[in-house]
Amino acid sequence: MHKIIEKTYLQDIVVRMVFEAPEIARKRKAGQFVVLMIDDKGERIPLTIVDSDSEKGTLTIIFQIVGKTTTCLAQLSAGDYIKHVLGPLGHPTEVENFGTSVCVGGGVGVGVVYPIAAALKKKGNKVISIIGARTKDILILEEEMGKVSDKLLVATDDGSYGFHGFVSAVLQNLIDSGEKIDRVFAIGPVPMMRVICNVTKPYNIKTIVSLNPIMVDATGMCGACRVSVGGRTKFGCVDGPEFDGHEVDFGLLMTRLRMYCDQEKQSMDMCRCGENGK
Amino acid sequence: MENKEEKAEKKEKKEKIPRQAMPEQDPKARIGNFDEVPYGYSEEVAMLEAKRCIQCKKPGCIPGCPVDVDIPGFIKLIAEGKFIEAAWKLKETNALPAVCGRVCPQEDQCEKVCILGKKGDPVAVGRLERFAADYERATGKIEIPKVAAPTGKKIAIVGAGPAGLTIAGDLVKVGHDVTVFEALHKAGGVLIYGIPEFRLPKAIVDAEVDYLEKLGVKIVFNAAIGRLKTVDDLFAEGFHAVFLGVGAGAPVFMNVPGENISGIYSANEYLTRSNLMKAYLFPKYDTPIVKGKNVAVIGGGNVAMDSVRTALRLGADNAYIIYRRSKKEMPARIEEVHHAEEEGVQFNFLTNPIEYIGDENGWVKQMVCNRMELGEPDDSGRRRPIVIKGSEFTIDVDIVVVAIGTTANPVIPRTTPGLDVNKWGYIVTKDGTGETTRMGVYAGGDIVTGSATVILAMGAGRQAAKAIDEYVRSL
Ligand SMILES: Cc1cc2nc3c(=O)[nH]c(=O)nc-3n(C[C@H](O)[C@H](O)[C@H](O)COP(=O)(O)OP(=O)(O)OC[C@H]3O[C@@H](n4cnc5c(N)ncnc54)[C@H](O)[C@@H]3O)c2cc1C
Ligand SMILES: Cc1cc2nc3c(=O)[nH]c(=O)nc-3n(C[C@H](O)[C@H](O)[C@H](O)COP(=O)(O)OP(=O)(O)OC[C@H]3O[C@@H](n4cnc5c(N)ncnc54)[C@H](O)[C@@H]3O)c2cc1C
Ligand code: SF4
Ligand code: FES
Repeated sequence: MHKIIEKTYLQDIVVRMVFEAPEIARKRKAGQFVVLMIDDKGERIPLTIVDSDSEKGTLTIIFQIVGKTTTCLAQLSAGDYIKHVLGPLGHPTEVENFGTSVCVGGGVGVGVVYPIAAALKKKGNKVISIIGARTKDILILEEEMGKVSDKLLVATDDGSYGFHGFVSAVLQNLIDSGEKIDRVFAIGPVPMMRVICNVTKPYNIKTIVSLNPIMVDATGMCGACRVSVGGRTKFGCVDGPEFDGHEVDFGLLMTRLRMYCDQEKQSMDMCRCGENGK
Repeated sequence: MENKEEKAEKKEKKEKIPRQAMPEQDPKARIGNFDEVPYGYSEEVAMLEAKRCIQCKKPGCIPGCPVDVDIPGFIKLIAEGKFIEAAWKLKETNALPAVCGRVCPQEDQCEKVCILGKKGDPVAVGRLERFAADYERATGKIEIPKVAAPTGKKIAIVGAGPAGLTIAGDLVKVGHDVTVFEALHKAGGVLIYGIPEFRLPKAIVDAEVDYLEKLGVKIVFNAAIGRLKTVDDLFAEGFHAVFLGVGAGAPVFMNVPGENISGIYSANEYLTRSNLMKAYLFPKYDTPIVKGKNVAVIGGGNVAMDSVRTALRLGADNAYIIYRRSKKEMPARIEEVHHAEEEGVQFNFLTNPIEYIGDENGWVKQMVCNRMELGEPDDSGRRRPIVIKGSEFTIDVDIVVVAIGTTANPVIPRTTPGLDVNKWGYIVTKDGTGETTRMGVYAGGDIVTGSATVILAMGAGRQAAKAIDEYVRSL
């Protein structure tokens, strides 16, 4: 049982949650994730560890409400419990002083890229961050990202704040301006990651993406998380979640993510939120 | 002393009682539910069956049992109506009789070498074992033996499958402080995530785990060793010895074109969704599973049978087994194949998939197969399947389950310096003790042998328990 310490809405459908998991808090590194189950009837869902406090023994997650489990999780408040938390899972991000690293985050992906940007900064990289959202109101973590970046660029699809357009256009402008970029980390919706990879590929800038395939155990036991990288099958949970973006078959990832569309709708219709976590 | 004639007469009399059948759910009804298929013996039938055993002086059955259960001993107690005592007798050597009575391949073990089997049908050892264990559980008269005085030695068991649970029970009884670390949120290993409810009700596994906890075994769930902590960390925390019973859990795929498109599952995923996550009760439970209309399961072992019978129960119109050899070579238990046939599973022998074709949404719609013929025997002694040239044909499917085997998960070896593995990634141990190449680290079960059986994993747990006990006492 993992006690929830804090819950805040970063915006309408994005929640930041801090809960107890002392052993994981001590071990985790940037880029790793947990799998949680709200209760014994719940689904196992993977969420990135955004931050941790080894003294307080807590983890921070940021999630977007997209379906049944995230809706139920958002209903819980400080003092409630999450039944099962497994982690830290996946390979930590390879963090070195690459020189200039660009961290691109889209939507809730900003939460996922944040710990990576922080770790890169700590290692001495020049960190340029590009964060984006559909519109100003749903942009998250602007202040936090500013603190760990040498330069922060913001884009909104509708132009309500910062650059008018996609984060990929901001990255292209940055490249065109002559900025020498050694590595790019791109995390966000699959189409965004795909476009970023298309931008960096002609310049041969190594681009790391964090994939979000559907998972069950997340220990390498089931293969639900299969992704195709460089023409070879990899398990997202144990071989990833980060891969060389230029090698990833994004189309396959997108179709696999749609496998349970019908069931997910049905599940939402029968939501038993409120029974949980007390 | 009986004279020879009397003995022969006694034998003849016993042989007249036929081997007692176990009543079962009707095949048509049972494919509509996940309840257990056989109902088990009644007290009367169990006593009748038990009386068939001629209590051999030199029983064939005991050497046939990997853990040396006193088979005539427990059967005699059943014949005398001492059912609880029979269960206790079983538990002297077998920690999980209710499980073994259901899933052991008795036809290849004790029953294969039962003296009565030479002329007629062997004693139904498995069914009697199940009966005694179920009787004990039903009456609730579960004896919790007194454990020995604390030895002050701490032992970590990694993995709560049959190997880990067995060794945990053995070591706690002799007074050690035992903690089991399990990666999943439930204990039981394959018993809980792999083998379906209709073959092994999960309440039985839960009861066995509960019993171990009452004995004083501590189980830490959601603890993936190699991730949360390493084997070295466990020693640093003060554990005196570590047992690795992590199974051979990584699924194997065939690496044929199209194998990653939607609708294609590994058996591990399919069964885990259905059993561990209870997707067959979706949406009461949150985890979904796609219920196909035309489901093809690739493989011929127990795992394939469990998958294909699950598919039927989830509502498939056509459930196929696709197996590259013939019926004779199938490694599945006879009982499983028989049940699958009764339930309407369609067997495609000498057939091998070579490609999957998706529809416009990337969902599997067809599999392309080759027809095979059998050639010379291979290393396993079974005849090698050979492709018949130009025999390609397609089968329409909307779900495929790949059940061609599992292999070792590399997480623990990779994070444990000094732990040797063989070329397949299985941990190398000294025969009969489970000792690995790393001091204080022992291993047993599927992670040493590759996919085997529940009883062999339990036997390995028991042997390692002896070795660990000696080792920690010598420290
Ligand atoms: C390594 C990893 C890290 C992730 N980190 C974050 C994060 O930090 N913040 C965040 O908001 N989201 C994250 N995700 C995605 C998150 O796991 C899904 O949004 C969540 O599982 C949706 O569950 P649901 O029941 O609310 O929605 P559902 O209605 O069940 O599903 C909505 C969509 O989410 C995806 N999804 C569903 N079930 C799973 C599952 N078991 N595993 C993975 N994806 C699934 C599918 O594409 C589905 O169409 C991460 C995913 C992975 C694999
Ligand atoms: C579908 C199916 C049907 C079967 N049917 C039969 C049958 O009818 N009869 C029969 O005798 N055998 C059968 N078997 C084989 C039998 O189940 C196995 O041989 C047996 O379970 C092996 O036991 P084990 O303890 O070695 O490992 P497992 O049962 O695999 O248990 C290993 C446990 O370790 C955990 N684990 C793994 N890695 C870690 C880690 N890093 N940290 C912590 N925990 C970890 C796993 O989650 C799991 O709980 C079947 C197998 C399958 C898959
Ligand atoms: S071999 Fe058969 S008849 Fe003889 S003791 Fe064993 S079960 Fe009984
Ligand atoms: S989620 Fe099961 S193997 Fe990756």
